[in-house]
Amino acid sequence: MEILQAAMAGTLESSDAQVTVEPGDGSVELTLSSSVMNQYGRQIKATVLETLERLNVSSAKVTVVDKGALDCTLKARVECAVFRSCGASAENIPWGGAIR
Amino acid sequence: MKNAVGRDIPDTLLTGGREVYQGKGYMDGKYIQKASPRTRRCEKPQESKLVDTIAQALRDCGAKSGMTFSFHHHLRDGDFVVNMVMKAAIEELGLDELTIAASSLGAAHDPIADYIEAGKVVGIQTSGIRGRMGEVVSAGKLRTPAIIRSHGGRPRAIEGGEVHIDIAFIAAPTSDCVGNCRGIGGKSNCGSMGYAMTDAKYADHVVVITDCLVDFPNFPASVEAIDVDAVVVVDSIGNPKKIASAAARISQNPRDLMMAENVAKVIASTPYFKEGFSFQTGVGGPSLAANLFLEQYMDERGIKMGWAIGGICGPMVELLKKGKVGKVIDVQDFDLDAVNSINQTPGHYEMSASQYADPANKGAMVNKLDFVVLAALEIDTGFNVNVLTGSDGVLRGAPGGHPDTAAGSKCCIIVTPLTRGRMATVCEHVVTVTTPGDCVDVLVTDYGIAVNPLRPDLVECLDKAGIPHVSIEELKDKAYSLVGRPDDLEWEDQVVAVLEARDGTILDVIRKIKPYQG
Repeated sequence: MEILQAAMAGTLESSDAQVTVEPGDGSVELTLSSSVMNQYGRQIKATVLETLERLNVSSAKVTVVDKGALDCTLKARVECAVFRSCGASAENIPWGGAIR
Repeated sequence: MKNAVGRDIPDTLLTGGREVYQGKGYMDGKYIQKASPRTRRCEKPQESKLVDTIAQALRDCGAKSGMTFSFHHHLRDGDFVVNMVMKAAIEELGLDELTIAASSLGAAHDPIADYIEAGKVVGIQTSGIRGRMGEVVSAGKLRTPAIIRSHGGRPRAIEGGEVHIDIAFIAAPTSDCVGNCRGIGGKSNCGSMGYAMTDAKYADHVVVITDCLVDFPNFPASVEAIDVDAVVVVDSIGNPKKIASAAARISQNPRDLMMAENVAKVIASTPYFKEGFSFQTGVGGPSLAANLFLEQYMDERGIKMGWAIGGICGPMVELLKKGKVGKVIDVQDFDLDAVNSINQTPGHYEMSASQYADPANKGAMVNKLDFVVLAALEIDTGFNVNVLTGSDGVLRGAPGGHPDTAAGSKCCIIVTPLTRGRMATVCEHVVTVTTPGDCVDVLVTDYGIAVNPLRPDLVECLDKAGIPHVSIEELKDKAYSLVGRPDDLEWEDQVVAVLEARDGTILDVIRKIKPYQG
C-alpha cells in the first residue's frame, strides 16, 4: 500500500500505542519510543515492521509512541494508521486477508 | 561472590567484614556492638531552645562539609523539610560532600537531584528512592553507591554504628520550645513518628523543625526534649494534602476484589487463623481490600484479631473501633482516619522502627506476626520479590517493611496481578531481589495461586480447604504467553546502589543501566 497522507491511530493511554504514518522517501523509517523499551523494544520494532511488510508498505515514515501495548494492539494500530493514510479505512477492509 | 539468592556481588564491596546474603536467620544469636553518640550537656536551666533559622541551627550544631544528616519520611510526598535543610546547608552555609540518611525519599525531593549532580550530596542512604533522584542515581551521578535498607535494616545499621548520624532533623507537626515532639495537634499532622525515634537517640545533634509551637510540655512526646539541641519554627513543614490522604478507600476494581477474596481464603485455611491472630497488610488495592474479606471469615468463625501492626490506615482503625482487633501498633499513618486515631482510640499505639522491624534487637514486632499481605512489582519463579527497580532497571521504589515482615511472619502472602500493561509481574528473574524467596510463602494473582515449595504444610492447608493452586512456573508461562518474553536488561559495570538485606549482608546490587540500543 502507498502512504498518501499523514494519518494516526491509537492513543497515549497506558497499554495502548499511538502510531503515525507519513509518506516516505523510498524506505521505511521507524521512530520508536516505549515505556517498556529496555525489555520489549526489539519485539515492538519487529512487530511493527512485520505488519508494514504484510500491508506491502515499503515507503513510509512511521512514528510509534508505545505505552506498553500488547502485540495485538500494536498490529491493529499500525494497520488502522496505514489504511487511514490511504483513505481506505471507511469500507472494504480486507478482514482475514491483509488484516488478520 | 554469588549470594544465597544467586546474585553476583562484587568482591570490592566485601570489605570490613561485610558478607553476602546467606539466607534467612543467618545472624540469629550473634552479638552486635551498639554505637553511642557524642552529645552536648545541657546542665543549666534553659528557657528555650528556639533558634531563628535552620542555618543558625546548623551552625549551632557544628555543621560541616562531609557530615551525615538524617531525615524521616512521615510527611511522605508532602515533605518540605529535607529540601529546606539541604538548601540551607548547601546554599547558605556552603557545605558539600554531604550524605543524606533518610528513612525514605520520594518525588517531593526532586530538588536534591540537582545537589547530587553538582557533587554537593555525595551519599544517599534510604529505603525509598524515586523521581529525579532515582534517575540521577541510576545514571551513576552519585559519587558513592546509594545504600538501600529496609525499615528494620535502617535502625539496625544506626544502632550498630554503620551509619553515624551527625545531625538528625525531626519534622515535627507539633513541638514545644525545648523539643518535645508529637505527630498530632498541629496543621501538618502525620500521626506516628516511629521512624524518627532511633535517629533522635543515636544522632550527635538533633534539630526539630516544626510549624506549630505548642505549650510545654508537649506530652506524651514521640521524640523527647532530652535528645534535642535546637527547635526551629518555620511557616510550613509540609503540604497536609500530600501527607495523609483523606481516607484510604477500599478498591472497587473487581480484579482487586477477586484477588483479595482469595487472600482471605488462603489465610482462613491455615492453622494460624485462630482467636488472637496477628496481621499486617500493605495499603495497595488488593492488599487493603483483604481486610474486608478477612472480617467476614472472622465473623463466620467467631474469632477476633489480637493485634495488627504496620503503616496504618482507616480500615484497620475501623476494625479496632468495632472491637474486632485488640491492639493496633503503628509506625506510620497513611490517612487522616489513622492520624486522628493514634493515641486517641483506646488500643492504638505508636512504636519505633526498631520495635517494628529491627532484626538485630531482641524481638521486633514482625517476629510475632502471623500473616502479612504484601504487593510486588515483580516476583520470580524462586519467589524472590522486587519492589525497588522498574522494568527499565531505574530506581523507583522502596523495600520499606517488605523484607522485614516477610521474614518475620509465619505466612507471607504476595498479592499482585499477573501482568501490568505489558510487564509480566511473575517472571523468570526479578530485576532486583529486595525480598528473598525463602521469606515468601504464597503468591495470589488474578490467574491463580502458587505456594512456595519450601512450605509443604501450606500446600496441605490449601488442598484441605479445596483452594486450587498451580506451580509458579505455570503462572510465569501464562504471563509470558500474554505479553511475550522480555529481553534481559543490559548493564554497565558501575554499581550505583547496594541493597542490604535486613541483617546487613548484601542481597543485591543495582548497576548503571545501559541505554537501549535498537
